[in-house]
Amino acid sequence: MARRLDLALKHAPLRAPAPLFDRPRAARGVFDSQTGFMRALGGVAVLFLVALPFIDASRYTMSIAISALIYVMLCMGLNVVVGYAGLLDLGYIAFFAVGAYVSGIFTTVLGWPMWAALPATVLACIIAGIIIGAPTLRLRSDYLAIVTLGFGEIIRITANNLTITGGPSGIHGIPSWDFFGWSFEDGLTVFGLEFPERVVFYYFVAAVVIIVGVIGAGRLAKGKLGRAWKAVRDDEDAAEAMGINTYVAKISAYIIGAVWAGLAGQLMATHLSAISPNSFQFLYSALILMAVVLGGMGSTPGVIIGALFVSLAPELLRDFAEWRFLIFGVLLVVVMLFRPAGLWPATAILPWLKRDRPQPPPFTSATAAVPPSVLESPSGAPDADVREGGRG
Amino acid sequence: MMQLIWNGLIVGSFYALVALGYSMVYGIIKLLNFAHGDIYMLGAFVGFFTLSAFGISNETSIPLLLVILLLSMVTTGLIGVGIERVAYRPLRRSPRLAVLITAIGVSFTLEYGVRQIFGPNPEAFPVRLESTGVDLLGMRVTASQIVLVVIAAGLMLVLAHIVERTREGRAMRAIALDPQAAQLMGVNVNRVISTVFFIGSSLAGAAGVMAGAYYGSIDFLMGFVIGLKAFTAAVIGGIGNLYGAMLGGLLLGMLESFGSAWFGGEWRDVFAFAFLILFLTFKPTGLLGARVVERM
Repeated sequence: MARRLDLALKHAPLRAPAPLFDRPRAARGVFDSQTGFMRALGGVAVLFLVALPFIDASRYTMSIAISALIYVMLCMGLNVVVGYAGLLDLGYIAFFAVGAYVSGIFTTVLGWPMWAALPATVLACIIAGIIIGAPTLRLRSDYLAIVTLGFGEIIRITANNLTITGGPSGIHGIPSWDFFGWSFEDGLTVFGLEFPERVVFYYFVAAVVIIVGVIGAGRLAKGKLGRAWKAVRDDEDAAEAMGINTYVAKISAYIIGAVWAGLAGQLMATHLSAISPNSFQFLYSALILMAVVLGGMGSTPGVIIGALFVSLAPELLRDFAEWRFLIFGVLLVVVMLFRPAGLWPATAILPWLKRDRPQPPPFTSATAAVPPSVLESPSGAPDADVREGGRG
Repeated sequence: MMQLIWNGLIVGSFYALVALGYSMVYGIIKLLNFAHGDIYMLGAFVGFFTLSAFGISNETSIPLLLVILLLSMVTTGLIGVGIERVAYRPLRRSPRLAVLITAIGVSFTLEYGVRQIFGPNPEAFPVRLESTGVDLLGMRVTASQIVLVVIAAGLMLVLAHIVERTREGRAMRAIALDPQAAQLMGVNVNRVISTVFFIGSSLAGAAGVMAGAYYGSIDFLMGFVIGLKAFTAAVIGGIGNLYGAMLGGLLLGMLESFGSAWFGGEWRDVFAFAFLILFLTFKPTGLLGARVVERM
């Protein structure tokens, strides 16, 4: 009997009931949809990045542009930790230091080429992330904050005391990138255009790493892991109840943040060709955090804006250089009090898309039997609350 | 050996005073007040400012020190209350991350505000304590050290009396257990939180003045490391527990004193922070702490 029922069910024409109304088609085009516009904006940013050396290839501009890109990389990494996973890391600069020192030591003391030091940097950052994250991620989030702060100090003081790191004077003479006999220092001539070393570096390393870093972090946040991070950030217990391994989610966010910072550290080591413990003070951890918070935690465009603001402000406001840390401190408090989601919040809707509120769905033959009043009431505009209310 | 213990006791009493404020604030509103170390720095600068305004320098009088101590305590206490009012109270129902970030902002503001006013270079603290010492049980003890330990012990006794024996103290303990139930029982939660900030900040201010008088020089970043160390002390003792904070402070002072003797002074801070990480790994509740209920 049961078997016959099974067979009958197996062959029964089980179909989902016809939808009550047609879904509105997803908007396409640059100005009609959020994703379309953001992609276009990203494209413009990449174009600008590529075109910059043609506009101004002076040593000063290139140097500022490369440090701004390094800041962007750092902020994208911290954004994974703070913005997506909701873990406050106050010693983020430590991973930057690990990256810079590991690549510096491997290239100067051991004489490896820069590209060969890359896996070592990544590996060192993963190990550092596990060492610091594994014991503390089981604890409350505020313990993590202070332990990372302590870790940042440990790394800085250790670099200051050891001889292999060069002590207080640091490591000098870090080579630039070279591949099989050809070095960036030789410059490059393409189609009769001559590119000096700094421009080649800017193109082949800084810009590429940053583009990959920004897009990579953004894609990660949209995937399964990214959704797990955000779930853990919003409610750890609920996330765990939904079957997310919160510990794995947190430590993976931490490790990815560490790797991003380590790559930025290697970039800086090659860019400046010298590193010293003074570049890794708590101050810089706070500056990066400030950039992320100011721009909008968890929001890629916001974080990039924040990073550019923090890195370019001292160049633009030279007269206020003395005041800038005070101003940053006050800004941090003011932003948290009055605009906690930042300048460009992660849930932001483009203003012109926001104006047309979602209309009640159009009637189709399937809905004709249902009186319009039923559809109007409570779920008349189902998206309105979600769209405007949500904030990370 | 005895000398190491005694040195540890001195440093430890500074840590304990600052750790008390951390622990009290944490116990009552579960906030890590990052700006607490900077209140310590402010205490030293309030003393410096007042004494400089009166044109006093290179004094060695203990009554003068006590007057300045009281004045700094009141000022830093009021500053602490003000910070709570402006920066922390509006965010009491916000996510924890928002409050932590605000606390970082406050800390930054205090540090670089003082830097803008007094300049980036270290200043000489106008009141010094005489450093002539006597040999006692094989260790060298100076009068200033005895004065500092006595002041610290006195302040801690007063605090213990307030928390354990007064009406206000009972209200604090009630809020630490359950703020909503305390409010239902008629406790003025906001006022008690302000009181806690006042007491915690004034203890940090007192420690700042004492540190100024003991070490002789103050600068705008002096609160950063001691804030970290005091937090370590609070964790070792069990955060939220006052006796734990005192014990943790003294213990950390000793550990550092022995650590620098064994590994060399330049590794002192690394030793202390590594100890914090180890402690959090193996005994996150601390020595005297109750089990932390993390899940609600």
